[in-house]
Amino acid sequence: MNARLLRRKVINAVMLALTGLCTAVTTSTLFVILGYLVWNGASAIDWDFFTKLPLSPGETGGGMANAIVGSFQILLLAAAVGIPVGVAAGIYLAEFNPNSVFSFLVRYTADLLNGVPSIVVGIFAWGVVVVPMKHFSALSGGLALALMLIPITVRTTEQFLKDVPVSMREGALALGASKWRAVATVVVPAARTGILTGLILGVARIAGETAPLLFTALNNQFWAKGWSAPIASLPVMIYTHAISPYEDWHRQAWAAGLVLLALVLLANIAARLILSRGANAQRS
Amino acid sequence: MSSTPESRVKTAIPAQILPQASDGVQTDLPAVKLKATGINFFYGAFQALFDVSIEFFENRITALIGPSGCGKSTFIRNLNRINETIRGARCEGEILLDGENILGIDVTQLRRRVGMVFQRPNPFPKSIFDNVAYGVKINGLARGKRALEETVEKSLRRAALWDEVKDQLHKSAYALSGGQQQRLCIARALAVDPQVLLLDEPCSALDPIATGKIEDLLFTLKDQCTIVIVTHNMQQAGRVSDYTGFFLLGRLIEFNKTGVIFRTPAQKETEDYITGRFG
Amino acid sequence: MSAPASIGVTERKPDGLFLQRLKGGDPIAHAITWLAAASVLLVTVWLVAQLWMQSTPAIHAFGFGFLWSSEWDPNAEKFGALPFIYGTLVTSALALAISVPLGVGAAIFLSELAQPGLSAVLTFLVELLAAVPSVIFGLLAIFTLVPLVRDVIGPALDKTSGVFPFFAGPSYGVGVLTAGLILAVMTFPFVISISREALLAVPREQREAALALGATKWEATWDAIIPFARLGILGSIFLSLARALGETMAVTMVIGNDPKITPSLLAPGYTIASVIANEFTEATSNLHLASLILLGLVLFLITIIINAGARLLILATTRQGSAT
Repeated sequence: MNARLLRRKVINAVMLALTGLCTAVTTSTLFVILGYLVWNGASAIDWDFFTKLPLSPGETGGGMANAIVGSFQILLLAAAVGIPVGVAAGIYLAEFNPNSVFSFLVRYTADLLNGVPSIVVGIFAWGVVVVPMKHFSALSGGLALALMLIPITVRTTEQFLKDVPVSMREGALALGASKWRAVATVVVPAARTGILTGLILGVARIAGETAPLLFTALNNQFWAKGWSAPIASLPVMIYTHAISPYEDWHRQAWAAGLVLLALVLLANIAARLILSRGANAQRS
Repeated sequence: MSSTPESRVKTAIPAQILPQASDGVQTDLPAVKLKATGINFFYGAFQALFDVSIEFFENRITALIGPSGCGKSTFIRNLNRINETIRGARCEGEILLDGENILGIDVTQLRRRVGMVFQRPNPFPKSIFDNVAYGVKINGLARGKRALEETVEKSLRRAALWDEVKDQLHKSAYALSGGQQQRLCIARALAVDPQVLLLDEPCSALDPIATGKIEDLLFTLKDQCTIVIVTHNMQQAGRVSDYTGFFLLGRLIEFNKTGVIFRTPAQKETEDYITGRFG
Repeated sequence: MSAPASIGVTERKPDGLFLQRLKGGDPIAHAITWLAAASVLLVTVWLVAQLWMQSTPAIHAFGFGFLWSSEWDPNAEKFGALPFIYGTLVTSALALAISVPLGVGAAIFLSELAQPGLSAVLTFLVELLAAVPSVIFGLLAIFTLVPLVRDVIGPALDKTSGVFPFFAGPSYGVGVLTAGLILAVMTFPFVISISREALLAVPREQREAALALGATKWEATWDAIIPFARLGILGSIFLSLARALGETMAVTMVIGNDPKITPSLLAPGYTIASVIANEFTEATSNLHLASLILLGLVLFLITIIINAGARLLILATTRQGSAT
């Protein structure tokens, strides 16, 4: 009896310690990633990185100014298309017809689209934009990313709208407001912090996407000539530089990796802060 | 017989709630199984119990009554130290099981000896058989498959559930009705042969027929263990218990034989509650 | 965007005109948002149709044989998906074999043991890990994991367990094992956060029921809490699997790009997503391109089926949690 109890206690202690170890291992990978990028990237980042164009292999120096601007251009396009469509669809699902078969289907396909491998989204954008236009373009890259942004936006918008208490809607409707007026003036503003957070997280997620850009936006060693020309982006630059055999390109890849990760993580932290501040404001 | 003074009680129970001495005859004094002295309990900064002292007698049913939020459930959850699993909870005072401080007993062994049945039926997502066998298995109380099966059958019989489930022991426990699930939980608690059985409003989620079955069950269990039942139902306390304690706002207001509490309560608050003036 | 602005005006001088106009706006708003919602549906259908149409040359040429032919030779116009399907499944299975035990263990720690403050901080770190772009995992893997596998892990496995075909042979650094390892790290966040939610949804009565019978903390977790949350945990595994199967960049950067089926995990391999990423812009013929798109369709179908399964499982747990 006592030996048995002792064995149970030992198993208990060992297993609980193991779960702690699992946590340490999994969460520490983030620090390993951060540490490595800072270690290798910080020394590679200089003023040139932000202001100069990439040089041909073999030459030292140069920067990724075109890729930084290119990434922002593509994201701008993706946001301009994806956010209005996603938010509007989210409003429809939460406010206008939440329980219809149509809404169920939309919700389900949004989840489905969210799970589609990003490389497949790239194939689709290639087929829809690149093939008819006959060349790779910033436009097709932006659309591919918009396609990834829409399902994220739809679901987060719907979720945060649903969290707005029914009493608020009823309050507005009871004053004689029309449905749309109630949604636009009461419900959406009440959920704006949550929706904004969702948008930031969504854009941060597509900012790091590489696969959909490989055969849409392609890449460009120079400044892009307009929206219908191939354009450079940070993720694709990191990819091409990392798999290249050149020492100096590797250095640039680390620098670009650090910049990209910093942007993505800062956006995530900002979203978290906005959300918690919003929650505090509501509580008080 | 109705109001025997119990000298051993005098030492622990505050004077104002002593049983009223009437005829002075001492007969069949039950032994004290579980004794709590000066219990103060805190959830963080909030104090939920104030200086509660009480004794539970062997092979007797003690009911704890009082309006909801009065601390009666909180109190019995200290008796098997299950409150320790709540963050920020703190218990002061002394609880003795057969004269031994429960803090000195290994907590898993304490909980094996002091069983508990909860407010809502909480069977595990396992078969009926595995639910009852669970405590027996982890505590290593049965040697071999036969012994385990016998224990399960015995426990289900003691919980008056055997006849209803004997042909479906390997069905999910969730297939049972609410009342059956609660009796299954009682069988599960009985399977490890506890010396004390704590029941935290076991009938609050059940209909009157299921409630009646569980009350009948308590009478038959009394011979084998000491029972403490928390209830907000005064009729239930009156029907099943030998002793009754009345809690109000975290204090034990009065403790006595059930007949005395219901017929001639000593405290104004008890009388008000019993006669339905509040609560 | 313009609607809320005009409402600002009505609030200041409620003359009823704007209100009237807004009332009239109801059907318009309904129609616009409906269109947006319908576009989600439309785009998804269009995506499937597009993949199907553009892969028809390959479907006509190879039929179902495409799935089990292991020859991939663009010069001879012979295309078979088997090496890629094999590589995709093996890397994902390896990833889950590592990330599921570690992730579920961490989820148990976060939901059952850690102080709430610590748990919140660690959970946020896990969320940040989920936000790290795939290409960055690839970058790190090339410069850390590849040398590590080539010089340390590979030779050690070959020496100690080389009798098993999985660990035999020379270690190049790039290969199935390296891809599996980086995929494991990438799937941690999914396993952890969804398993943690499933564990947190278990009613506390379940834990107390086990503890009240004399169970230790671990016994209560293992016997009462995990069985209760098992569907949600299974859902997290499925979701991670779908992620791992479709993952492109990190895998492409370290898998070695060799369309061969070899039992050794140390050898290079290829996955569906990587071959599309590598060969799409350099496809030599229409049939080559169509075959790559058909691979995309196969990947799409596999991930969809697994995702749908995951969502059903997660839905089932939340229902179960609220029903009892």
